[in-house]
Amino acid sequence: MISPLLVGTRKGLFVLEADATDQWTIRRHAFAGIPVTITALDPRDRTLYAGLNHGHFGVKLHRSEDLGASWTELPAPAFPAGFPADGDGKLAPTVAMLWSLEPGAGPGELWAGTIPGALFHSTDRGDTWRLVDSLWHEDARRLWFGGGYDAPGIHSILPDPRDRRRLLLGVSCGGVWLSPDAGVHWEIGGAGLVAAYMPEERQEDLAVQDPHRIARCAGAPERVWMQHHSGAFRSDDGGRNWIRLSGLPLSDFGFAVAAHPSDPDVAWFVPAESDENRIPTSGRLGVTRTRDGGRSFERFEEGLPAPPAFDLVYRHGLAVAPDGRRLAMGSTTGGLWTSADGGESWRLADARLPPIASLQFAV
Amino acid sequence: MPQVLFTAHLRRWAPPSPVEAAGDTVAAALDQVFAQHPLLETYVLDDQRRLRRHIALFVDGERARLADPVGPDARIAVLQALSGG
Repeated sequence: MISPLLVGTRKGLFVLEADATDQWTIRRHAFAGIPVTITALDPRDRTLYAGLNHGHFGVKLHRSEDLGASWTELPAPAFPAGFPADGDGKLAPTVAMLWSLEPGAGPGELWAGTIPGALFHSTDRGDTWRLVDSLWHEDARRLWFGGGYDAPGIHSILPDPRDRRRLLLGVSCGGVWLSPDAGVHWEIGGAGLVAAYMPEERQEDLAVQDPHRIARCAGAPERVWMQHHSGAFRSDDGGRNWIRLSGLPLSDFGFAVAAHPSDPDVAWFVPAESDENRIPTSGRLGVTRTRDGGRSFERFEEGLPAPPAFDLVYRHGLAVAPDGRRLAMGSTTGGLWTSADGGESWRLADARLPPIASLQFAV
Repeated sequence: MPQVLFTAHLRRWAPPSPVEAAGDTVAAALDQVFAQHPLLETYVLDDQRRLRRHIALFVDGERARLADPVGPDARIAVLQALSGG
């Protein structure tokens, strides 16, 4: 049985399933017409969560106990009314996007990362949310700035599978943040990252780094991969120190990265040409894979569209199944491809989809 | 008593329009409605209880703000602004 795919798009959430010939088709469509920015499936109770961003009516959160057949609306994470403005000349904050959603350590525990860059915590399956003040009050947060959006945002929340109270966050643009105790205390990681978009004397400043996406090897959690605004990086100590990877074919710019669930030496990237030209290099959409910890890379294009392609794969647009062989990838052009051979060849799903923000296997 | 009309786009969360709501400002009248429909509030106001950027308010056909006073016969319209897409 192949796990269904949950695909968050500009026009709603799609659930796709594969048949015996590995052909993927749409089985469900929820929130028709409304942007779905992120999904999360809590494997412990099979509860599905979807973060929405109505163009007019704000950020919403919904919960489903039947994999998307029916939904209950919950209060979305929000700053308390009367919350102080975030600096001189600014308005008091309001949540503008749900950008990450992740099950925590305890039953029903959830983390949500937002734009602006705030972390919210729920211990009751999303019925109520509390801003994580400790991170909001970190001094270095004042150095954060928007990356791709007006305000900074938290797009990656990676609990350590050995102890899910240990958190790793990725912030665009605000670096890598580590908590040993479920958000009570924080330290900034990211040594070795280099931000080419900053003036020379600030390029190694930890709090201005722009990790586009961070992915962790579940079976070897100290091994973490990053697609950064200025290159691809690997960490061997859970995000404290990073090594820039070289030799990626065509480009080391992009947004998405996926880590093999059990093999710490395997990861995938989906490159775009550069930060000033966010389309595939020479119109060639492809996937870059390493199988030796980032010392060498292979590039695969089989089954992906012939040039010129203009598909960009966003931060949450690349997913790998627990077997480490099956992958899925969704683009801003609405292309959805799956691979059953570790990314070496791809097949277009039988679905013309809206622009894709996020996807995950329902496992 | 002022009457409040909500855009049909909000029909899943709003009472049948128009609805009567006591209040001497737009905000006060809306609060009367929100008290009965708490989810609706989050669709019209942001975290800080400001009017969402792409919601348009009218009183008797004129663009209005939350703090504007309303008379007993006012017709308040809560509409979806085209600026939001």
